[in-house]
Amino acid sequence: MKLIKVEHAYKIYKNGTTAVADLSVTIDKGEFVFVIGTTGSGKSTFIKMLYREEKPTKGKVIVGGIDVAKLRNSKVYKLRRKLGVVFQDFKLLPKLTVYENVAFALETLGIPESEIRPKVLKAIDAVGLKEKTRNLPSELSGGEQQRVAIARAIVNNPKLLICDEPTGNLDPETSKGIMKILENINQTLGTTIIMATHDKELVNKMKKRVLVIENGVLASDTKKGSYKVHESVKNS
Amino acid sequence: MRALRILSRSIRDSFKSVFRNLPLSMASILCTTITLVLVAVAIFLSYNVREVTNTLERELTIVVYLDKETTEEQKTEIQNDLKTMDNVDNFQLKTKEEWKAEMKQESETLETTLDYLEENPLLDSIIVTVKNVDDLSETADKLREYDFVSSAEYGEGMVENIIGIFDAVSLGTVAMVIALVCVTAFLISNTIKLTIFSRKTEIEIMRLVGASNTSIKLPFIFEGFILGVFGSIIPIAASVYGYTILYNQTGGYVFTKIITLVKPFPFVLYVSIILLAIGCVVGMFGSWRAVRKYLKI
Repeated sequence: MKLIKVEHAYKIYKNGTTAVADLSVTIDKGEFVFVIGTTGSGKSTFIKMLYREEKPTKGKVIVGGIDVAKLRNSKVYKLRRKLGVVFQDFKLLPKLTVYENVAFALETLGIPESEIRPKVLKAIDAVGLKEKTRNLPSELSGGEQQRVAIARAIVNNPKLLICDEPTGNLDPETSKGIMKILENINQTLGTTIIMATHDKELVNKMKKRVLVIENGVLASDTKKGSYKVHESVKNS
Repeated sequence: MRALRILSRSIRDSFKSVFRNLPLSMASILCTTITLVLVAVAIFLSYNVREVTNTLERELTIVVYLDKETTEEQKTEIQNDLKTMDNVDNFQLKTKEEWKAEMKQESETLETTLDYLEENPLLDSIIVTVKNVDDLSETADKLREYDFVSSAEYGEGMVENIIGIFDAVSLGTVAMVIALVCVTAFLISNTIKLTIFSRKTEIEIMRLVGASNTSIKLPFIFEGFILGVFGSIIPIAASVYGYTILYNQTGGYVFTKIITLVKPFPFVLYVSIILLAIGCVVGMFGSWRAVRKYLKI
Protein backbone atom coordinates (compact mmCIF):
# COMPACT_ATOMS: atom_id res chain seq x y z
CA MET A 1 0.00 0.00 0.00
CA LYS A 2 1.41 3.38 -1.05
CA LEU A 3 2.13 5.87 1.70
CA ILE A 4 3.99 8.40 -0.44
CA LYS A 5 3.36 9.14 -4.08
CA VAL A 6 5.44 11.80 -5.81
CA GLU A 7 4.55 12.53 -9.44
CA HIS A 8 6.63 14.85 -11.64
CA ALA A 9 7.39 17.12 -8.72
CA TYR A 10 9.35 20.33 -9.27
CA LYS A 11 10.71 22.85 -6.83
CA ILE A 12 11.94 26.05 -8.39
CA TYR A 13 12.95 28.81 -5.97
CA LYS A 14 12.15 32.48 -6.55
CA ASN A 15 15.75 33.16 -7.57
CA GLY A 16 15.34 30.67 -10.43
CA THR A 17 17.27 27.77 -8.85
CA THR A 18 15.72 24.40 -9.66
CA ALA A 19 16.20 22.22 -6.59
CA VAL A 20 13.99 19.33 -7.68
CA ALA A 21 13.04 18.56 -11.28
CA ASP A 22 10.49 16.06 -12.57
CA LEU A 23 10.91 13.73 -9.61
CA SER A 24 8.59 10.73 -9.41
CA VAL A 25 8.73 8.04 -6.77
CA THR A 26 6.42 5.91 -4.65
CA ILE A 27 7.12 4.55 -1.18
CA ASP A 28 5.09 1.80 0.45
CA LYS A 29 3.95 1.56 4.04
CA GLY A 30 6.57 0.02 6.31
CA GLU A 31 9.53 0.67 3.98
CA PHE A 32 12.94 1.90 5.13
CA VAL A 33 14.37 4.24 2.49
CA PHE A 34 17.68 6.08 2.32
CA VAL A 35 17.87 9.29 0.34
CA ILE A 36 21.40 10.11 -0.65
CA GLY A 37 23.09 12.75 -2.73
CA THR A 38 25.81 15.35 -2.56
CA THR A 39 25.33 18.73 -0.88
CA GLY A 40 23.03 20.84 -3.05
CA SER A 41 21.73 17.79 -4.91
CA GLY A 42 18.13 18.53 -3.88
CA LYS A 43 17.72 15.71 -1.37
CA SER A 44 16.95 18.06 1.51
CA THR A 45 14.38 19.91 -0.62
CA PHE A 46 12.78 16.55 -1.47
CA ILE A 47 12.68 15.62 2.22
CA LYS A 48 11.27 19.05 3.15
CA MET A 49 8.51 18.67 0.56
CA LEU A 50 7.37 15.50 2.31
CA TYR A 51 6.58 17.35 5.53
CA ARG A 52 5.50 20.52 3.71
CA GLU A 53 8.35 22.72 4.84
CA GLU A 54 8.68 23.40 1.11
CA LYS A 55 5.75 23.47 -1.27
CA PRO A 56 6.27 21.87 -4.68
CA THR A 57 6.13 24.38 -7.53
CA LYS A 58 4.65 21.80 -9.90
CA GLY A 59 3.53 18.19 -9.74
CA LYS A 60 2.01 16.06 -7.02
CA VAL A 61 3.38 15.08 -3.61
CA ILE A 62 0.88 12.92 -1.76
CA VAL A 63 1.75 11.83 1.78
CA GLY A 64 -0.70 9.63 3.68
CA GLY A 65 -3.48 10.65 1.30
CA ILE A 66 -2.81 14.39 1.67
CA ASP A 67 -1.81 16.36 -1.40
CA VAL A 68 1.02 18.50 -0.03
CA ALA A 69 0.98 20.86 -3.04
CA LYS A 70 -2.64 21.81 -2.35
CA LEU A 71 -2.27 22.02 1.42
CA ARG A 72 -2.82 25.52 2.76
CA ASN A 73 -0.48 26.89 5.46
CA SER A 74 -3.27 26.83 8.02
CA LYS A 75 -3.88 23.10 7.40
CA VAL A 76 -0.26 21.89 7.47
CA TYR A 77 -0.75 20.62 11.01
CA LYS A 78 -3.04 17.87 9.67
CA LEU A 79 -0.12 16.42 7.74
CA ARG A 80 2.40 16.93 10.54
CA ARG A 81 0.29 14.93 12.98
CA LYS A 82 0.69 11.90 10.73
CA LEU A 83 4.48 12.01 10.73
CA GLY A 84 7.52 12.54 12.91
CA VAL A 85 10.66 14.45 11.97
CA VAL A 86 14.20 14.03 13.30
CA PHE A 87 17.00 16.49 12.54
CA GLN A 88 20.78 16.50 12.68
CA ASP A 89 20.75 19.20 15.40
CA PHE A 90 18.16 17.39 17.61
CA LYS A 91 16.06 20.53 18.26
CA LEU A 92 15.46 19.80 21.94
CA LEU A 93 14.28 22.37 24.44
CA PRO A 94 17.27 22.92 26.75
CA LYS A 95 15.29 23.80 29.87
CA LEU A 96 13.05 20.73 29.73
CA THR A 97 13.96 17.25 30.93
CA VAL A 98 13.95 14.20 28.66
CA TYR A 99 10.42 13.35 29.80
CA GLU A 100 9.20 16.93 29.33
CA ASN A 101 10.77 17.21 25.88
CA VAL A 102 8.94 14.11 24.69
CA ALA A 103 5.71 15.06 26.48
CA PHE A 104 5.86 18.53 24.92
CA ALA A 105 4.80 17.08 21.56
CA LEU A 106 1.63 15.62 23.06
CA GLU A 107 0.85 18.56 25.36
CA THR A 108 0.99 20.87 22.36
CA LEU A 109 -1.69 18.76 20.67
CA GLY A 110 -3.95 18.95 23.72
CA ILE A 111 -3.73 15.23 24.57
CA PRO A 112 -5.11 14.46 28.08
CA GLU A 113 -2.52 14.18 30.86
CA SER A 114 -3.62 10.60 31.63
CA GLU A 115 -2.72 9.51 28.10
CA ILE A 116 0.52 11.46 27.92
CA ARG A 117 2.43 9.63 30.66
CA PRO A 118 2.16 6.04 29.36
CA LYS A 119 2.83 7.15 25.78
CA VAL A 120 5.91 9.16 26.76
CA LEU A 121 7.35 6.39 28.93
CA LYS A 122 6.79 3.88 26.13
CA ALA A 123 8.58 6.11 23.58
CA ILE A 124 11.50 6.76 25.96
CA ASP A 125 11.75 3.04 26.62
CA ALA A 126 11.80 2.35 22.87
CA VAL A 127 14.95 4.47 22.48
CA GLY A 128 16.57 3.01 25.61
CA LEU A 129 16.59 6.08 27.81
CA LYS A 130 14.38 4.80 30.62
CA GLU A 131 17.01 5.69 33.22
CA LYS A 132 17.42 9.28 32.05
CA THR A 133 13.87 10.63 32.02
CA ARG A 134 14.74 13.38 34.50
CA ASN A 135 17.95 14.50 32.84
CA LEU A 136 18.29 17.76 30.97
CA PRO A 137 19.61 17.65 27.37
CA SER A 138 22.85 19.26 28.53
CA GLU A 139 23.47 16.21 30.73
CA LEU A 140 23.22 13.83 27.78
CA SER A 141 25.66 12.78 25.06
CA GLY A 142 24.97 13.63 21.40
CA GLY A 143 23.67 10.13 20.71
CA GLU A 144 21.37 10.26 23.73
CA GLN A 145 20.04 13.64 22.66
CA GLN A 146 19.26 12.24 19.23
CA ARG A 147 17.45 9.35 20.87
CA VAL A 148 15.31 11.84 22.79
CA ALA A 149 14.49 13.54 19.48
CA ILE A 150 13.51 10.15 18.02
CA ALA A 151 11.33 9.41 21.05
CA ARG A 152 9.60 12.75 20.58
CA ALA A 153 9.07 12.00 16.89
CA ILE A 154 7.49 8.57 17.50
CA VAL A 155 5.51 9.36 20.66
CA ASN A 156 2.33 10.05 18.70
CA ASN A 157 2.65 6.77 16.70
CA PRO A 158 3.23 8.38 13.30
CA LYS A 159 2.90 6.37 10.09
CA LEU A 160 5.99 8.04 8.71
CA LEU A 161 9.30 9.02 10.30
CA ILE A 162 11.42 11.48 8.33
CA CYS A 163 15.05 11.71 9.39
CA ASP A 164 17.14 14.51 7.94
CA GLU A 165 20.76 13.40 8.44
CA PRO A 166 20.17 12.22 12.01
CA THR A 167 23.69 10.82 12.36
CA GLY A 168 25.43 13.83 10.81
CA ASN A 169 26.74 15.06 14.18
CA LEU A 170 27.52 11.67 15.68
CA ASP A 171 30.55 9.38 15.73
CA PRO A 172 30.34 6.03 13.82
CA GLU A 173 29.66 3.92 16.92
CA THR A 174 26.85 6.17 18.16
CA SER A 175 25.45 6.34 14.63
CA LYS A 176 25.20 2.56 14.59
CA GLY A 177 23.21 2.70 17.83
CA ILE A 178 20.80 5.24 16.34
CA MET A 179 20.39 3.09 13.23
CA LYS A 180 19.57 0.09 15.40
CA ILE A 181 16.83 2.06 17.11
CA LEU A 182 15.42 3.27 13.80
CA GLU A 183 15.47 -0.23 12.35
CA ASN A 184 13.76 -1.54 15.44
CA ILE A 185 11.03 1.12 15.15
CA ASN A 186 10.60 0.22 11.48
CA GLN A 187 10.29 -3.49 12.19
CA THR A 188 8.30 -3.55 15.40
CA LEU A 189 5.96 -0.59 14.89
CA GLY A 190 5.79 -0.81 11.09
CA THR A 191 6.66 2.87 10.80
CA THR A 192 7.83 3.94 7.37
CA ILE A 193 11.25 5.58 7.62
CA ILE A 194 12.82 7.93 5.11
CA MET A 195 16.32 8.98 5.98
CA ALA A 196 18.55 11.48 4.23
CA THR A 197 22.23 10.78 4.88
CA HIS A 198 25.81 11.19 3.73
CA ASP A 199 27.01 8.21 5.72
CA LYS A 200 28.28 5.69 3.14
CA GLU A 201 29.11 3.04 5.71
CA LEU A 202 25.61 3.03 7.19
CA VAL A 203 23.91 2.85 3.80
CA ASN A 204 26.14 0.03 2.63
CA LYS A 205 25.68 -1.93 5.82
CA MET A 206 21.89 -1.62 6.13
CA LYS A 207 21.04 -2.90 2.62
CA LYS A 208 17.80 -0.94 2.35
CA ARG A 209 16.15 0.83 -0.54
CA VAL A 210 18.29 3.74 -1.72
CA LEU A 211 17.10 6.79 -3.69
CA VAL A 212 19.93 8.77 -5.23
CA ILE A 213 19.17 12.37 -6.05
CA GLU A 214 21.58 14.30 -8.23
CA ASN A 215 21.02 17.80 -9.61
CA GLY A 216 17.41 17.67 -8.49
CA VAL A 217 16.54 14.50 -10.41
CA LEU A 218 16.17 10.93 -9.23
CA ALA A 219 19.38 9.37 -10.48
CA SER A 220 18.65 5.86 -9.19
CA ASP A 221 16.21 3.90 -7.08
CA THR A 222 17.61 0.57 -5.86
CA LYS A 223 16.21 -2.06 -3.53
CA LYS A 224 18.88 -3.21 -1.04
CA GLY A 225 21.12 -0.61 -2.56
CA SER A 226 24.32 1.03 -1.45
CA TYR A 227 26.44 4.10 -2.07
CA LYS A 228 28.31 2.03 -4.70
CA VAL A 229 25.17 1.90 -6.81
CA HIS A 230 25.14 5.65 -6.75
CA GLU A 231 28.74 5.83 -7.91
CA SER A 232 28.10 3.42 -10.77
CA VAL A 233 25.06 5.33 -11.92
CA LYS A 234 27.06 8.52 -11.83
CA ASN A 235 29.86 7.00 -13.89
CA SER A 236 27.61 5.37 -16.48
CA MET B 1 -12.14 19.18 25.73
CA ARG B 2 -9.02 19.25 23.58
CA ALA B 3 -9.64 22.93 22.83
CA LEU B 4 -9.98 23.61 26.56
CA ARG B 5 -6.69 21.84 27.28
CA ILE B 6 -4.94 23.85 24.56
CA LEU B 7 -6.50 27.02 25.96
CA SER B 8 -5.38 26.36 29.53
CA ARG B 9 -1.91 25.45 28.29
CA SER B 10 -1.75 28.70 26.31
CA ILE B 11 -2.71 30.71 29.38
CA ARG B 12 -0.08 28.90 31.48
CA ASP B 13 2.58 29.55 28.84
CA SER B 14 1.60 33.21 28.63
CA PHE B 15 2.05 33.72 32.37
CA LYS B 16 5.40 31.94 32.25
CA SER B 17 6.50 34.17 29.41
CA VAL B 18 5.48 37.38 31.21
CA PHE B 19 7.77 36.45 34.10
CA ARG B 20 10.53 35.09 31.85
CA ASN B 21 10.88 38.50 30.13
CA LEU B 22 10.20 40.45 33.32
CA PRO B 23 12.08 43.72 32.57
CA LEU B 24 10.37 44.18 29.22
CA SER B 25 7.03 43.03 30.59
CA MET B 26 7.38 45.61 33.37
CA ALA B 27 8.09 48.35 30.82
CA SER B 28 4.96 47.41 28.89
CA ILE B 29 2.88 47.25 32.07
CA LEU B 30 4.20 50.64 33.21
CA CYS B 31 3.43 52.22 29.86
CA THR B 32 -0.07 50.73 29.92
CA THR B 33 -0.50 52.05 33.48
CA ILE B 34 0.51 55.60 32.53
CA THR B 35 -1.72 55.54 29.48
CA LEU B 36 -4.70 54.25 31.41
CA VAL B 37 -4.23 56.78 34.23
CA LEU B 38 -4.41 59.49 31.57
CA VAL B 39 -7.38 57.79 29.96
CA ALA B 40 -9.08 57.79 33.36
CA VAL B 41 -8.34 61.51 33.82
CA ALA B 42 -9.69 62.16 30.32
CA ILE B 43 -12.87 60.22 31.04
CA PHE B 44 -13.42 61.97 34.39
CA LEU B 45 -12.77 65.36 32.80
CA SER B 46 -14.89 64.93 29.72
CA TYR B 47 -17.79 63.31 31.55
CA ASN B 48 -17.83 66.03 34.19
CA VAL B 49 -17.49 68.73 31.53
CA ARG B 50 -20.48 67.19 29.79
CA GLU B 51 -22.39 67.30 33.04
CA VAL B 52 -21.45 70.97 33.57
CA THR B 53 -22.48 71.78 30.02
CA ASN B 54 -25.78 70.03 30.62
CA THR B 55 -26.29 72.03 33.81
CA LEU B 56 -25.47 75.23 31.96
CA GLU B 57 -27.87 74.25 29.24
CA ARG B 58 -30.58 73.62 31.76
CA GLU B 59 -29.95 76.77 33.72
CA LEU B 60 -28.92 79.28 31.09
CA THR B 61 -31.57 81.82 30.14
CA ILE B 62 -31.81 84.84 27.87
CA VAL B 63 -33.33 87.86 29.56
CA VAL B 64 -35.16 89.95 26.97
CA TYR B 65 -35.73 93.52 28.23
CA LEU B 66 -38.61 95.33 26.59
CA ASP B 67 -38.76 99.08 25.95
CA LYS B 68 -40.84 101.16 28.32
CA GLU B 69 -43.23 101.99 25.50
CA THR B 70 -43.90 98.37 24.56
CA THR B 71 -47.63 97.83 24.06
CA GLU B 72 -49.63 94.82 25.19
CA GLU B 73 -50.08 93.79 21.51
CA GLN B 74 -46.32 93.80 21.02
CA LYS B 75 -45.87 91.69 24.17
CA THR B 76 -48.41 89.17 22.83
CA GLU B 77 -46.67 89.25 19.40
CA ILE B 78 -43.24 88.38 20.80
CA GLN B 79 -44.68 85.69 23.04
CA ASN B 80 -46.48 84.09 20.10
CA ASP B 81 -43.27 84.18 18.09
CA LEU B 82 -41.31 82.61 20.95
CA LYS B 83 -43.71 79.66 20.88
CA THR B 84 -42.69 78.93 17.28
CA MET B 85 -38.90 79.33 17.71
CA ASP B 86 -37.01 75.97 17.46
CA ASN B 87 -34.40 76.65 20.13
CA VAL B 88 -36.83 78.00 22.73
CA ASP B 89 -37.67 75.52 25.44
CA ASN B 90 -39.95 77.79 27.46
CA PHE B 91 -40.34 81.43 28.45
CA GLN B 92 -41.90 83.56 31.13
CA LEU B 93 -42.97 87.17 31.20
CA LYS B 94 -41.62 89.05 34.21
CA THR B 95 -43.00 92.52 34.78
CA LYS B 96 -40.98 95.44 36.14
CA GLU B 97 -43.00 95.21 39.33
CA GLU B 98 -41.98 91.63 39.84
CA TRP B 99 -38.34 92.59 39.27
CA LYS B 100 -38.65 95.41 41.77
CA ALA B 101 -40.13 93.13 44.41
CA GLU B 102 -37.39 90.56 43.81
CA MET B 103 -34.61 93.15 44.00
CA LYS B 104 -35.99 94.70 47.12
CA GLN B 105 -35.77 91.34 48.80
CA GLU B 106 -32.15 90.92 47.81
CA SER B 107 -30.72 93.83 49.83
CA GLU B 108 -31.76 96.67 52.04
CA THR B 109 -29.83 99.25 50.00
CA LEU B 110 -31.69 98.26 46.88
CA GLU B 111 -34.98 98.42 48.78
CA THR B 112 -34.27 101.93 50.02
CA THR B 113 -33.09 103.12 46.61
CA LEU B 114 -36.08 101.69 44.78
CA ASP B 115 -38.50 103.13 47.35
CA TYR B 116 -36.85 106.53 47.02
CA LEU B 117 -37.50 106.61 43.30
CA GLU B 118 -40.97 107.76 42.33
CA GLU B 119 -41.07 105.87 39.10
CA ASN B 120 -40.00 102.20 38.66
CA PRO B 121 -36.82 102.45 36.53
CA LEU B 122 -36.84 98.74 35.68
CA LEU B 123 -38.13 97.20 32.47
CA ASP B 124 -40.62 94.46 31.70
CA SER B 125 -38.80 91.37 30.51
CA ILE B 126 -39.20 87.86 29.18
CA ILE B 127 -36.99 85.09 30.55
CA VAL B 128 -36.27 82.56 27.80
CA THR B 129 -34.87 79.10 28.41
CA VAL B 130 -33.17 77.54 25.36
CA LYS B 131 -32.93 73.94 24.25
CA ASN B 132 -29.39 74.05 22.87
CA VAL B 133 -26.78 76.22 24.53
CA ASP B 134 -24.66 76.27 21.36
CA ASP B 135 -27.36 78.27 19.54
CA LEU B 136 -27.80 80.67 22.43
CA SER B 137 -26.31 83.71 20.71
CA GLU B 138 -28.26 83.04 17.51
CA THR B 139 -31.55 82.98 19.47
CA ALA B 140 -30.58 86.15 21.35
CA ASP B 141 -29.77 87.88 18.03
CA LYS B 142 -33.20 86.96 16.65
CA LEU B 143 -34.88 88.50 19.70
CA ARG B 144 -32.83 91.69 19.39
CA GLU B 145 -34.33 92.23 15.94
CA TYR B 146 -37.64 93.36 17.46
CA ASP B 147 -37.94 97.20 17.55
CA PHE B 148 -39.40 97.15 21.03
CA VAL B 149 -36.68 94.93 22.51
CA SER B 150 -34.25 97.05 24.46
CA SER B 151 -31.70 94.26 24.96
CA ALA B 152 -31.34 90.46 25.16
CA GLU B 153 -28.64 89.31 27.56
CA TYR B 154 -27.23 85.98 28.60
CA GLY B 155 -23.70 86.72 29.73
CA GLU B 156 -22.10 86.72 26.30
CA GLY B 157 -18.50 85.68 26.11
CA MET B 158 -18.29 84.07 29.51
CA VAL B 159 -20.37 81.02 28.61
CA GLU B 160 -18.62 80.54 25.25
CA ASN B 161 -15.25 80.88 26.98
CA ILE B 162 -16.04 78.26 29.62
CA ILE B 163 -17.37 75.79 27.08
CA GLY B 164 -14.45 76.55 24.74
CA ILE B 165 -11.90 75.88 27.50
CA PHE B 166 -13.66 72.66 28.48
CA ASP B 167 -13.75 71.51 24.85
CA ALA B 168 -10.07 72.33 24.33
CA VAL B 169 -9.10 70.44 27.49
CA SER B 170 -11.13 67.42 26.45
CA LEU B 171 -9.72 67.47 22.92
CA GLY B 172 -6.12 67.85 24.13
CA THR B 173 -6.52 64.97 26.56
CA VAL B 174 -8.07 62.73 23.93
CA ALA B 175 -5.20 63.48 21.50
CA MET B 176 -2.62 62.71 24.18
CA VAL B 177 -4.39 59.47 25.12
CA ILE B 178 -4.51 58.31 21.48
CA ALA B 179 -0.77 58.98 21.15
CA LEU B 180 -0.05 57.10 24.38
CA VAL B 181 -2.26 54.18 23.36
CA CYS B 182 -0.19 53.88 20.16
CA VAL B 183 3.09 53.98 22.12
CA THR B 184 1.78 51.32 24.52
CA ALA B 185 0.62 49.05 21.70
CA PHE B 186 4.06 49.44 20.11
CA LEU B 187 5.85 48.59 23.36
CA ILE B 188 3.69 45.53 23.95
CA SER B 189 4.28 44.52 20.36
CA ASN B 190 8.04 44.73 20.99
CA THR B 191 7.75 42.63 24.14
CA ILE B 192 5.89 39.94 22.23
CA LYS B 193 8.43 40.16 19.40
CA LEU B 194 11.22 39.32 21.84
CA THR B 195 9.13 36.48 23.29
CA ILE B 196 8.65 35.09 19.79
CA PHE B 197 12.39 35.24 19.14
CA SER B 198 13.26 33.66 22.48
CA ARG B 199 10.81 30.82 21.84
CA LYS B 200 11.90 30.22 18.25
CA THR B 201 12.90 26.55 18.79
CA GLU B 202 9.75 25.88 20.78
CA ILE B 203 7.60 27.31 17.98
CA GLU B 204 9.52 25.28 15.40
CA ILE B 205 8.95 22.06 17.37
CA MET B 206 5.28 22.90 17.87
CA ARG B 207 4.90 23.29 14.12
CA LEU B 208 6.73 20.03 13.47
CA VAL B 209 4.64 17.95 15.84
CA GLY B 210 1.42 19.27 14.30
CA ALA B 211 0.22 22.09 16.51
CA SER B 212 -2.34 24.21 14.66
CA ASN B 213 -1.50 27.82 13.83
CA THR B 214 -4.10 29.02 16.32
CA SER B 215 -2.65 27.02 19.19
CA ILE B 216 0.84 28.36 18.37
CA LYS B 217 -0.34 31.97 18.21
CA LEU B 218 -2.69 31.84 21.19
CA PRO B 219 -0.07 32.10 24.00
CA PHE B 220 1.34 35.28 22.47
CA ILE B 221 -2.07 36.90 22.16
CA PHE B 222 -2.78 35.93 25.78
CA GLU B 223 0.53 37.42 26.85
CA GLY B 224 -0.50 40.80 25.41
CA PHE B 225 -3.85 40.41 27.13
CA ILE B 226 -2.16 39.68 30.49
CA LEU B 227 0.15 42.70 30.11
CA GLY B 228 -2.93 44.84 29.42
CA VAL B 229 -4.78 43.47 32.45
CA PHE B 230 -1.77 43.95 34.75
CA GLY B 231 -1.33 47.48 33.39
CA SER B 232 -4.92 48.40 34.22
CA ILE B 233 -4.82 47.36 37.91
CA ILE B 234 -3.24 50.58 39.26
CA PRO B 235 -5.33 52.95 37.10
CA ILE B 236 -8.52 51.18 38.21
CA ALA B 237 -7.57 51.38 41.88
CA ALA B 238 -6.52 55.03 41.48
CA SER B 239 -9.78 55.86 39.73
CA VAL B 240 -12.01 54.22 42.31
CA TYR B 241 -10.25 55.63 45.37
CA GLY B 242 -9.01 58.90 43.84
CA TYR B 243 -12.33 60.01 42.43
CA THR B 244 -14.32 58.98 45.50
CA ILE B 245 -11.91 60.89 47.77
CA LEU B 246 -12.04 63.94 45.45
CA TYR B 247 -15.83 63.86 45.48
CA ASN B 248 -16.04 63.51 49.25
CA GLN B 249 -13.43 66.22 49.91
CA THR B 250 -15.07 68.79 47.62
CA GLY B 251 -18.61 67.87 48.55
CA GLY B 252 -19.36 67.29 44.88
CA TYR B 253 -18.66 70.90 43.74
CA VAL B 254 -15.59 72.52 42.22
CA PHE B 255 -15.17 76.30 42.76
CA THR B 256 -18.85 77.08 42.23
CA LYS B 257 -22.12 75.25 42.51
CA ILE B 258 -22.47 75.37 38.72
CA ILE B 259 -19.54 72.96 38.37
CA THR B 260 -20.92 69.85 40.01
CA LEU B 261 -19.13 66.50 39.97
CA VAL B 262 -20.78 63.28 38.83
CA LYS B 263 -21.57 60.99 41.78
CA PRO B 264 -18.84 58.31 42.23
CA PHE B 265 -21.12 55.27 42.10
CA PRO B 266 -21.77 53.71 39.68
CA PHE B 267 -19.62 56.13 37.64
CA VAL B 268 -16.24 54.74 38.84
CA LEU B 269 -17.46 51.22 38.12
CA TYR B 270 -18.13 52.10 34.48
CA VAL B 271 -14.77 53.87 34.24
CA SER B 272 -13.04 50.77 35.68
CA ILE B 273 -14.71 48.54 33.10
CA ILE B 274 -13.67 50.93 30.32
CA LEU B 275 -10.06 51.00 31.59
CA LEU B 276 -9.89 47.22 31.81
CA ALA B 277 -11.36 46.88 28.33
CA ILE B 278 -8.89 49.40 26.87
CA GLY B 279 -5.99 47.62 28.61
CA CYS B 280 -7.04 44.25 27.20
CA VAL B 281 -7.70 45.55 23.71
CA VAL B 282 -4.43 47.51 23.52
CA GLY B 283 -2.49 44.50 24.85
CA MET B 284 -4.11 42.09 22.44
CA PHE B 285 -3.73 44.50 19.54
CA GLY B 286 -0.02 44.90 20.32
CA SER B 287 0.54 41.17 20.45
CA TRP B 288 -1.59 40.53 17.37
CA ARG B 289 0.57 43.01 15.48
CA ALA B 290 3.76 41.25 16.61
CA VAL B 291 2.36 37.80 15.82
CA ARG B 292 1.33 38.93 12.34
CA LYS B 293 4.67 40.53 11.66
CA TYR B 294 7.15 38.18 13.28
CA LEU B 295 5.52 34.77 13.72
CA LYS B 296 5.88 33.26 10.28
CA ILE B 297 4.09 29.91 10.28
